[in-house]
Amino acid sequence: MHEYPITLNIIKIAEKHCKEAGAQRVKKIKLVIGDYSGYVSDSVHMYFDLIGEGTLCEGAEIEIENVKPMLKCSQCGELFYKKLLSFECPKCGGEGGPTEIGKEFYVESIEVE
Amino acid sequence: MHDIRKINVMEGILDANDHIAEHINEHLSAHGVLVVNEMGAPGVGKTTTLKNIFKHLEGTGLKPYVIEGDIESDLDTHTLKNMGIDTHQINTHGECHLDAPMIDHMVDHMNFDEKGILFIENIGNLVCPAEFSIGEHVMMLISTVTEGSDKPYKYPLAFEKADLIILNKVDLIPYLDFDEDFYMKGVRALNKDVPVFKVSGKTGEGFEEVVAWLAERANKLEVKEHHHDHEHDHHGHEHHHHD
Repeated sequence: MHEYPITLNIIKIAEKHCKEAGAQRVKKIKLVIGDYSGYVSDSVHMYFDLIGEGTLCEGAEIEIENVKPMLKCSQCGELFYKKLLSFECPKCGGEGGPTEIGKEFYVESIEVE
Repeated sequence: MHDIRKINVMEGILDANDHIAEHINEHLSAHGVLVVNEMGAPGVGKTTTLKNIFKHLEGTGLKPYVIEGDIESDLDTHTLKNMGIDTHQINTHGECHLDAPMIDHMVDHMNFDEKGILFIENIGNLVCPAEFSIGEHVMMLISTVTEGSDKPYKYPLAFEKADLIILNKVDLIPYLDFDEDFYMKGVRALNKDVPVFKVSGKTGEGFEEVVAWLAERANKLEVKEHHHDHEHDHHGHEHHHHD
């Protein structure tokens, strides 16, 4: 729902690192995005084409690695994907708690020339 | 021909937002102002909750400050201003959440002359506001019995991030099929120690405890600037901080 300002941030980060490396332009941006970030990956391309125009990132390829959230069982330590209306561990029936897996929201790398 | 080079970046997309949020937090902490980020779906009673809190805040020595976030309109701001509350409006014009730069800009225009609590009423939305830090000490989640007991399971991030959960509209429990055990089981799986206060915005029950909790947090802040005590504070470092 807030893809516009987020896409703008991504472009700023990529441009900054491109300039620091003394490169001419950004060819590719690799993002790692957890599902809990609420960022709809499908719309990134649309916004990117729009906002990227005239920047060092114009025409760059976007690669997104999506990460599904995982819970960790408080009893046996098993990592598992949450079911719809339950936090129950599939292995021992214990209660799963939140982890950092699925909250990723960063620029992993860029390719420049 | 230019060579293509790969550069490792590993930079958080929200890092810039989070740095500004830290700055807001430090700035207001130094003034003895607790920052409360109030979030919840539309219609859960965010403004009504504030009104009830203000009734009990009188006599605690803590001044209420409010930033109202709305996509459009300033109806709630008018209501609170009429109550004599220092209220400021942010209209996001379509954005689904408040972010740290918006709050930073507003805070710069406000005068925090007394210690107190700044309540920031976020946009009515249970998803996006949970992802953006706005400098809060306390994320206060307003949840209701009318929304249903499955909300922790469907919006886990909001419940996980909450420092304080208010379960509102409990006066309606007799008319609903709200499964409190199921609700609390979900809350506890996500957030082991978060306090959950059952309240009714309509009858006013339960808010005394909420205010006592907030006041305790606010009174733990150590004021770092004493403009009102010392005339020379702005002229150097002759006064030591009291921390």
